[in-house]
Amino acid sequence: MGQEAQFVGPDGVGPDMVDPRLLNAPGSLPAKVSPWRDPRWRSYAFQAVLMAVIGFLVYEAFSNATENLQRQKIASGFGFWDTNSGFPISFSIQHYSEATSTYGDAFWVGMVNTLLVAAVGIVLATLLGFTVGVARISKNVLVAFVARWYVEILRNMPLLLQLLFWYNAVLKALPGVRDSIKLPFNSFLNNRGLTTPRPIPEDGLGWVGLCLVLGLVLTIAVRIWAKRRQEATGQIAPVGWISLFLLVIMPSLAFVIAGKPLGFDVPQGGRFNIVGGLVFQPEFLALLFGLVLYTAAYIAEVVRAGIMAVSHGQTEAAYALGLQPNITSKLIVIPQAMRVIIPPLTSQYLNLTKNSSLAVFVGYPDLANVFTGTVLNQTGQAIEVVGITMLVYLSISLTTSFIMNWYNRRVALIER
Amino acid sequence: MSKSVSSNPDQPFVQHVVIEPSRPPANLVGPVAWIREHLFGGVFNTSATILIVLFLAWVVPPFLEFVIFDAVWVGTDREACIFNDAHPIVGACWAFIKDRFTFFNYGTYPIPERWRVDVFFGLLAIAIIWMLKLSLPRRDLGAIYSFIILPVISYYLLIGSPVLGLPIVTTNLWGGLLVTVVVSAVGIVVSLPLGILLALGRRSTMPAAQVFSVAFIEFVRGVPLITVLFMASVMLPLFVPREFEPDKLLRALVGVALFASAYMAEVVRAGLQALPKGQYEGAMALGLSYGQMMRLIILPQALKVTIPNIVSNYIGLFKDTTLVVIVGLFDFLRTIETARIDPIWAAPTVSPTGYVYAAIFYFIFCFAMSSYARTIEQRLSKADKR
Repeated sequence: MGQEAQFVGPDGVGPDMVDPRLLNAPGSLPAKVSPWRDPRWRSYAFQAVLMAVIGFLVYEAFSNATENLQRQKIASGFGFWDTNSGFPISFSIQHYSEATSTYGDAFWVGMVNTLLVAAVGIVLATLLGFTVGVARISKNVLVAFVARWYVEILRNMPLLLQLLFWYNAVLKALPGVRDSIKLPFNSFLNNRGLTTPRPIPEDGLGWVGLCLVLGLVLTIAVRIWAKRRQEATGQIAPVGWISLFLLVIMPSLAFVIAGKPLGFDVPQGGRFNIVGGLVFQPEFLALLFGLVLYTAAYIAEVVRAGIMAVSHGQTEAAYALGLQPNITSKLIVIPQAMRVIIPPLTSQYLNLTKNSSLAVFVGYPDLANVFTGTVLNQTGQAIEVVGITMLVYLSISLTTSFIMNWYNRRVALIER
Repeated sequence: MSKSVSSNPDQPFVQHVVIEPSRPPANLVGPVAWIREHLFGGVFNTSATILIVLFLAWVVPPFLEFVIFDAVWVGTDREACIFNDAHPIVGACWAFIKDRFTFFNYGTYPIPERWRVDVFFGLLAIAIIWMLKLSLPRRDLGAIYSFIILPVISYYLLIGSPVLGLPIVTTNLWGGLLVTVVVSAVGIVVSLPLGILLALGRRSTMPAAQVFSVAFIEFVRGVPLITVLFMASVMLPLFVPREFEPDKLLRALVGVALFASAYMAEVVRAGLQALPKGQYEGAMALGLSYGQMMRLIILPQALKVTIPNIVSNYIGLFKDTTLVVIVGLFDFLRTIETARIDPIWAAPTVSPTGYVYAAIFYFIFCFAMSSYARTIEQRLSKADKR
């Protein structure tokens, strides 16, 4: 271990012996340390070596890439962005046509599709995950049992297997158009997907929407006012009833007064085809199903851990103060559990978004499928295409974690 | 408690006998009360119980019928599993699994050489048991065996070596369980040391090491595995010199290993952060160098508390190996996908059977790993209680 000789040994040391280094009078030179043993110099040397190695690797990669691209006669650059794409995309919200759209348009279609499935998936997975998570700690043994095995089974199987199962073994194995399964509200389920009535907005719907927004704003205002008043006077306002009126009854009244300005394009079941309606393709449904069920299992565990993290004494103390069970969970348990839940919940949302790239395997045209799949194959611009795709996912991830971190700071425990 | 009445007659009556507590009401103890509390407490609970019983009655019997009672166990081609007058109801087609079992295990690995794969599985099983069973002797030797000797042996065993008399088997012939196991094993073996280095880099005071580690970890964790595999598959060949064209398996291995290391780094970092600062200060006060401090004091403690998280990371890695099909490898799930659309076995229940088989396979492995992690967690919490 290379101990220095001047170290004072434990035995045979007289009380008058002093570490010679302490004898250095102030102002005299400190004991010389060879640069090799000086942690500062060591760290500089190490960092220099690390940077040299990384620099060398980057340089090598760059020069090899230039050479290889030249050899394969691929001109790097983003010129392909405005070139006509010439391939169809099976599902897009915005306008996209094979004949006129560019690779840039294809990129936006893929991106919107990714965000769509991620957004819908996050909402549904949160609802299901919280339900299962609460069921997991239910006193009802049957409920807890089913919730537990739901989590165990779905978490211990690859998502890809689940997606393939939903797509190939369930949705694609549904009966054909002629024998469509009829669901309530004039919906049809067959191997071409789920067809539901398509809502058609008519004149005056804008007013209803305005009413809804107004109701939302008023509700928030009333809640803030009620909270302030309660803190000042102790009086409790019937916030629940006011919210119900503002958010449900008022817009409904507006809807009726405006003359029910919402029509429906009801699908008509034919022999060979279903005409009209809003079609959810099996690719979208399979991806959504798989993502929601899989992520919900993880969210359930996050929720369970969060609730278990609130010590039982908190509940008991609340009961001792005379709070009722529902108020206890609303004011005592949930706010404390949320602090534990939110950070891992964020990473589950991000996982869901990233996992939506498994759309490649079921043929849903998301970003990874359209861009790193078709566009990459057609243009051969590997570095640009993969780079852009990674950048998009990276910015989605960083934005989400930024927002959730902000929220987390808001609810975090403010320690004295 | 025989004396019941006070002996002194002047005193007013005082009870001297402790009255036996009366039994709780019959409806608060025993199985009936348990059922009342745990299944039928309140309207909501009762309806939940009834709904779940109905749901289970709706789902479980058909599933069992499909998987066991109506299943077809013997047959050589699709004739065995199609609906006809002889058997109008056909459940799972296990004959298909039996027929294709070797394909699921070895892919298209040459038949006379398959014993090499079996030997590899055997050696791997020894390594796993040696490392995981804490009561076995000389687990330090086990680590050397698992992390150094086994990889070298496996490389020559599976690829082949003309010097040893083993014909070369190119990796494009590998498939099935073999590929799944090789990709997970390489990911597991590479990601732990690399993850530790990255975690130490992230917590280091050296700006260069810290910036590099943070950038790498956040970048890899911010993108999906598929794009990392795409990168390994289409960009890696561009970045290396022309003479050194990596084969598909190697590309996938690089992608998976880098991806897993970034996640491992965060797990290890959590362990490092969980250690009280006194451990670092104590080590430094003893005059230990950075390397000694990490090797002897910090990492043994930090890794011990993170074992459950490391194992659940490995579970994720094992499940993620299914994505290597994107670079054209034939992993276990892909062999099932290929076999189930084979016309020789074209029958309506073949696809669900293939998926049920895959599900059982992955479930057994992942569940075993997570149970192991749970056992370790319990051991650790017991040790903490002292």
